[in-house]
This record gives sequence, C-alpha cells and structure tokens, in this order.
Amino acid sequence: MPDVIVAKASSFPDPGRKVFDVGGTEFGVFKLGGQFYAWENRCPHLDGPACQGKILPCATEAVNEDKTSRGREFSKTDMNVVCPWHGFEFDIRTGRHPTNNAVRLRAVKMRVEGDDIVVSLRD
Amino acid sequence: MPDEQKPVSAGQVRELAEITVTTDSRDYLFAAAKQAQKQYDDYELIVDIDAHLQETRFWPEIIPFMDNDVLRETALQQLKGGIANPLLNSQPGMNFQAMEGRIPHQAGPREKVTNPDKPGAAFVEIMRRNMDFMGVDYQVIFPTALLNLGMNPMEDTELQMARAYSRWLTELVMPQDPRLIALLYLPLNSVEECERMVKEYGANPQIAGFTICSVRNKPVHHNQYMRLYRMIEETGKPLVFHAGPFWGDPSFAQLNRFISMHALSFVHYNLIHMTNWVINALPERFPKLKLVWIESGLAWIPYLMQRLDHEVLMRQSEAPGLKRMPSEYMQDMYYSSQPLERWDMKYTEATFEKIKADTQLLYASDWPHWDFDPPASITTLPFLSEQAKKNILGLNAAKLFNLPVKRVRPRAADVMAMRGPERIS
Amino acid sequence: MPDEMKPVRADNIRELQEMTAASDTRDYLHAAARQAQRQYDDYELIVDVDAHLQEGRFWDELVEYMDSDVLRYTAQQQLAGGIRAPLINMQPGMSFQALGGRVPHQSGPGEKVEDPATHGHPFAQIVMRGMDSMGVDYQMIFPTAMLHLGMNPMEDIEINMARAYCRWLVEKVLPESPRLLGLVYLPFNDPVESEKIVKEFGGHKQIVGFTICAVRHKPVHHNQYMRLYSMIEETGKPLVFHAGPHWDDPSFSQLNRFISMHALSFVHYNLIHMTNWIINALPERFPKLKVVWIESGLAWIPYLMQRLDHEVLMRQSEAPGLKRMPSEYMQDMFYSSQPMERWDMKMLEATMTKMKADTQLLFASDWPHWDFDPPSSVTTLPFLSEQSKKNILGLNAAKLFNLPVKRMRPHAKDVIAARARHRVS
Repeated sequence: MPDVIVAKASSFPDPGRKVFDVGGTEFGVFKLGGQFYAWENRCPHLDGPACQGKILPCATEAVNEDKTSRGREFSKTDMNVVCPWHGFEFDIRTGRHPTNNAVRLRAVKMRVEGDDIVVSLRD
Repeated sequence: MPDEQKPVSAGQVRELAEITVTTDSRDYLFAAAKQAQKQYDDYELIVDIDAHLQETRFWPEIIPFMDNDVLRETALQQLKGGIANPLLNSQPGMNFQAMEGRIPHQAGPREKVTNPDKPGAAFVEIMRRNMDFMGVDYQVIFPTALLNLGMNPMEDTELQMARAYSRWLTELVMPQDPRLIALLYLPLNSVEECERMVKEYGANPQIAGFTICSVRNKPVHHNQYMRLYRMIEETGKPLVFHAGPFWGDPSFAQLNRFISMHALSFVHYNLIHMTNWVINALPERFPKLKLVWIESGLAWIPYLMQRLDHEVLMRQSEAPGLKRMPSEYMQDMYYSSQPLERWDMKYTEATFEKIKADTQLLYASDWPHWDFDPPASITTLPFLSEQAKKNILGLNAAKLFNLPVKRVRPRAADVMAMRGPERIS
Repeated sequence: MPDEMKPVRADNIRELQEMTAASDTRDYLHAAARQAQRQYDDYELIVDVDAHLQEGRFWDELVEYMDSDVLRYTAQQQLAGGIRAPLINMQPGMSFQALGGRVPHQSGPGEKVEDPATHGHPFAQIVMRGMDSMGVDYQMIFPTAMLHLGMNPMEDIEINMARAYCRWLVEKVLPESPRLLGLVYLPFNDPVESEKIVKEFGGHKQIVGFTICAVRHKPVHHNQYMRLYSMIEETGKPLVFHAGPHWDDPSFSQLNRFISMHALSFVHYNLIHMTNWIINALPERFPKLKVVWIESGLAWIPYLMQRLDHEVLMRQSEAPGLKRMPSEYMQDMFYSSQPMERWDMKMLEATMTKMKADTQLLFASDWPHWDFDPPSSVTTLPFLSEQSKKNILGLNAAKLFNLPVKRMRPHAKDVIAARARHRVS
C-alpha cells in the first residue's frame, strides 16, 4: 500500500488527536508539545479502540521526601490516552502503560510532509 | 502352625499412654523426631520462623514487667480472680482451637519441667524440647495472646503489654537460650511508641524483626507510619505481618462455625494490608524494607496476585505509584509456609512456582497450635528439589534474618535415645 | 522519489470520533464484532450469563410497577427531585466504576434509540445492539442498582423493588425477544416473600434462575431458607449468587482506593456464602440444586478450595454433614468467567483445570461495566481446546439453563456491514 495522506497537520489542536479508519486499518494520530505520534487503534489488552478514549494527564502519587503522601496529582508533562473499553492508559509519546512499560500500543509509521500527515500502512 | 510362627511375648513391648495436655513435648513430638532422622537430619540448618508461646502459664511472669502501675495492679488482680489472660480482649468462651480437647497440645503446655521456680526457665525448657524433637536449630517465638491486641480499644493496654512482653523476652527468656529468636510486637495503635521500641530493641541480635499483628483496623499505608517504616528499613531487619483470627466484622458474623471463620479470617486481614501496601506503592517508597507474611498458608497469594494484576492496568490512576505489577512486588516478599495447603499437589506446586518459593518461602511450624506443620510438611513434597527443601527449611530464613548457617541442634538419633527410656506417650 | 511512492490521498478514509457515554453500543463494540468474525462466528451458540442494565435511564418505568403506593409515591418524588436510583441504598458520590469518565460505557447508556413504536422497547434495542456486536445468542440481564439491596435496612423496599423488577422484566422487556433472559431477584431478607416470588415467576420460560445478591448479612445456611431452597430445587432452575462491591465492614474501611475495595469485596461475600454453604453441608441436603457463582473471577476458587480442604479433615466435628471434600462439592457448582484474571496464563490454566472449567465454567461479559470481558477473553486463551471454548462460551450454559443449541444471532460480517454506513466512533 502506498503511503497515505490522512490530514492536515495544522488542523490538530495541541494536545489533540484524530482517529482514522483507512480501509479497515484503524490508527490514531496525536499531537503533543508540537510533536506528532501515531498508534494503532488496538489495545494490547483485549483489542479495544484505545485511541478513541479520553486524553488526560497521567496521575501520579505525590510522595514527599519523608515518604508521606500528599495523595494523587496529575503530571505536568505526561499525557495519556485511555482505552475506553477498560481504562488501560498509554503515554501519548511512548505508547507505553505507565505501570507496566511492556504493555504498549503498536506504533504506526508516520511523518509530517509540509502540512501533510503521512502514514505508512502495512499491507 | 510351626513353632517359629507362634506369637511370643516380646521383651521390648512398651505400652504408650494417651496423649493429653500434660504430655511431655518430647513424647508429643516423638514421631517428628523420627521424621527428622529419616528425612532431614543431615540438613545444615532448620529455622522455624513461627512458633508460639501458650502464655497462660507464663503470664504471671510477664505482668510484673508492665511499666504502668495501675494497669499492672489491674492485671494482677484479674489473674488472682481467675482470669488467665488479664487485660486481653480475647473471648475464652469463643475459643475452639483445641477442638474441645481433641488436640491437647493447643491447650497446653502443662508438662513437668526440671526447674519450675526459676523465672523464664520453664518456658525455655519446653521450647528446647520441641525444637530438639522437630529438629529445629532456631525458633522464632511469638505470643498467641497478643494476636488480637490491635483491636483492644484501650491503647495503653496494647503498648504496655507490648513492652512487658518484649522485656520479659529480652531480659529473662532469650538470654537463657541463643537458639530462641523473636519478632518485636509493634503497638501500632501508638506510632511513637513503636518508634521507641524499634530504637530500643532494634539492635538486639535475638530480635530478628518487627511484627504487625494483622488483626486491626488501622490502615498500614497511613502517613503516620512512614517514619516508622523508614526506621525499620534502616535496621535491615524485616517487617512481619502476623495473621490472626477475628469474628467481629458484620460480614464475618454470618459464619456459624469456628472452622469457617478460621479458614477465612486469617487470610482476610493479610489481604487487606497487602492490598493497601501494594496499591499505595509502599514497595516503591521503601525499596529496601523486607516484608514477611506469616500464618495464612499459601493459597491466598496467587489469588491476590492475580486479582490485583488483573485490576491495576485498568485503573492506573488509582495506583499511580506502581512501576511494576502487583505480583512482582509480592514476589519480592517473604511468606511463612504454615498452614500449608497440601491436599492438591499439582496446585501446591503451581503456587510454589508463582510465589518463587525457592527463595521466598520460609518454613514455620506454628507449634503448638492445632494446625501446626512439622518440617516433614516440606520434606515430603514430591515436586521440590533437595536444594529447594533446604532453602525453605532454613537457608532462606538464614539470609533474611542474618543467621549463621551452622548446625546447633542435636542429632535426631541422640534426641530419641535420650528420651527413649523415659517415654510414656 | 518515484511517482508510485508518493503519498496519496486515500479515498477510503474515515475519521472516527472519541467514545463517550452517548456513543452507540454498535460503535463501542465494533472491535468485538471484528473479533467475533475472526474467532468464533462459526460457533453454534454463545451465551452471556451476566450482562447489566444501567437502570438510571429506565428507573421511572420500573417504579411504576411497585405494589406499595406509599413507596411508589416516594420513589416518584425522589425521581422528580433528581435522584436517579430512588429508594436504593447506593452512595453515588462513592461510585468510581467509570474511572472519572475514562470508561464512558459504564455511565451509559446515553445513546439514541429508534422509535419504540416500530423498533421495540429502548432497553431491548440497546441490549440487542450489544448482543449482536459481541456475537451473543442469549444474554442474561441483571440490574446493577439492586446489587446492594440486601443491605437496605428497609425490608419492604427490597420486596417491592424485587417484584417491580420482575414484573417490568416479564411484562415489558422479555417479550421483545426470546434472546433476552432474566433471573429473579430474591428479596432474601424475607424468606416468605422469596418463596412467593419463586412461585410467581419461576415458571416463566425466559426466567432461567433465581439470584441471591451476595452483599448481605443474612447467613445462607439459616433454617429459615430451607423451604425456599427445596422449592428452587424443584423448579430445576439454578440458584445464582451474584457478587457485588461493598465498603462498609470495619476491616474494609481501611482500604483507601476503589480498586482495593473492588478487588477484595466482590470475592469477599462469595467466600463467606460458599463457606457457609459447604460447611453446613447444604450440597448434601439439596443434591439436585444447581448453584452458580457470578462475577468474582476465578482466582478465588482454588484459593478457597485449598483452604477448606486443608481444614476440614482436621475439624470434622465442625462440619459433620460432609461426605466429600469441600473442593469436590465446589467442582459440582458453576462459575461465571468474568472478570477473568488473564495475566498469568499458567496459573489460569491450573485454575481452570482445578475448577473443571470444561463443564462448569460459563462465559459472562458483565457488559456494560468497566471490567467487561468480550467473548474473545475465552477464545484467545492459548491452552483451551476448541471444544472447551465452545463449552465455556455457550454449551455449558445451554445445558444448565436448558436452552436450545441453535444459532439465534446474526453473522458478524452482516452486523459490521449493517452498521458500516452509520458508524461514527
């Protein structure tokens, strides 16, 4: 399959996301911090539509120097996309689950050409 | 019938008496000594990380160590009035462990000792008997009666009893036998007192670690305990959760038999504390703190591992401190073997593998409780290698508690020979 | 770059929207339909023994069926005042199932439906969408909001709601499709009312069993229930325990996160009721009564089997009605598959062997709850034979609930094609 142009880069908010179905192949394109990332729309858990979920900052446990906890806080840097089927969360930049890095979304080859988001899909 | 087939009166016949609460530990455990001889007499080290004190007999020795004169006097008066476990929130009428006398050792020990009047001596002698007959080098002793103390609404009773028991142990009992080691009871309802006790006793070489009796409703992840955990982490000695029975929760009040409550409640409080410990990511906060879970058997461990692993990737925002799967943290912890569920060997084997028993499992007898396991509970497991048996029976504990790997127990043959002529039961 | 390598504008591109609580179930479960197509479209029968009604949307209809005019009026007033589940002892502020909106289907269904006059009851429309997308022939539906009703101190609410729900089901929902099945909610706080409801609804063809919601403090072995069990045994339809969450026991109030409570409490009440059921030898008293345990996953089953087996030979006098090992009775019972702990396949395989999954395990989705399992949770298990997968996904349930083994669902490719033009998410 030739590379396909799926969207205009300038049409993305930041953070932002668009999910595409190209002839039955589904993937999400994400913009975060000026960078673009693309992941398959398939959760490694049970194949749920992971890219179509909420985009939220990653929750963290706010532990003080003396090991006491202030409770939970949202990360100022890391954003996750959350699979709407069961809540598996994936870092938008790395595609990895914050608890277990071995659990991750599969990357889709993507580049920005001018204002075009170009995606290479496997046949 | 030819002459040589005729029954003869044997010269070496001995009649053995019924076993009762007054039976000598050596007779009670004679069969264990035989197992020791056949199965593990050549092992370098056997460590029993949980044996109990039936303290009714020794309570009068412990009470005088209480600091507070008002409570001490109250306890002495209760003792005088026939209350065997003064100040304790146990319910003697709801105590069915000994199964109405069917298991006499649970209700003991009432056996005779050589020096009944020397403080601490009777206790040491009885412990020595069972260690020698089970073929144990070191035994960790823990007071049964304190297991429910965390539920005692009188906080001062908990801390007074904790201190008195620790003083009795370290001043009177353990100096009489280097093979006895102990885990310090932490009066967790008073965190500053816990810290004081860790400071005071942490360096004692016979204090091998610090115990939280699990039956309590104080959540272990609370910020108030963080300084205590760090202090314990710095001692290098483990923090030990010791399970116990409890019938008090409304849901448990539905269980109409002791066996039902016992089967579920020992595990219950460990489930709660382990869940809190893991979900609040305490292993990440105290990476060097070693944890031990005592007296809930093993079947609960794969259950909880699977249950938490299943949920944690789905609900990351509720356990955001975790960097690994709950089961991985749990595989770094240590577990005592007793009461070992040995009915289905295939599943027991799967469980051993899941919890990495080779390095993480520690043999415990729980003697003299009704469901005690002799060391043969490990040596007779068909799926274990010799090395795994040695690890579980002693070498894992030696590493964890920093004990010398050097035999200090007598030979099983000598133990039996010594008792032979005097054996009654 | 040669021309044929230049990126092209695809003509078959479609942008998919974010999933929300208003998403159409068919879009939400599009991936499940694709799994159905690839993995189990040729299976004769798929039965889902536990799916839920998110009743916020339908409560006003249910309330109409309440017998007591006083309670009905109260409920209507609460509804008018914005209380979505009137008379129900839930704490909406403590509901974290939907993970703060991360799992939108849990808070649904907010989707649009076709005109009820031509397309049937909205509830049935939504359920059929879920069934067709997951590739399910029959689905048993159960009301989420009634899971706690056993703890409601107002007994008459439990009785009135139970009967209203059954009537609503039988009169309004079940007639919409023979593929919809229901279970009677037993108002277990009142044994006489429970018997009445068994008599009234037990004969209905689409009512396939009787549910005890497990979260309650009424012990199941109590003599007051023996006539009810006899009655249910005679219907030939099973008695079903449905687990639920609960945070109220003093010990549970130590758990500081929803994930912790959820991981432990669903299992907790099943542990209690199963233990009571076995130790009081109810399987010996009702040998033909079939018992099903729903929504606690599987890991707890080997845990409890081992724990009870371990104790029961030691304490025979406390469970004297038993003629077999607890695990043997438990192997005669049925279990729903969800939420299946799938992290450690080796352990899961050992568990399925232990519980005789081939004949005793019943697929359940728990849709639309946050931890639902699609049928692929079973078909993707690497250690199961094709026949086992078919048994678990439908044939075991067909036997137990007396359902015809005959495909009722559309083919997956037709389901996908029918939605293709309208798909939004």
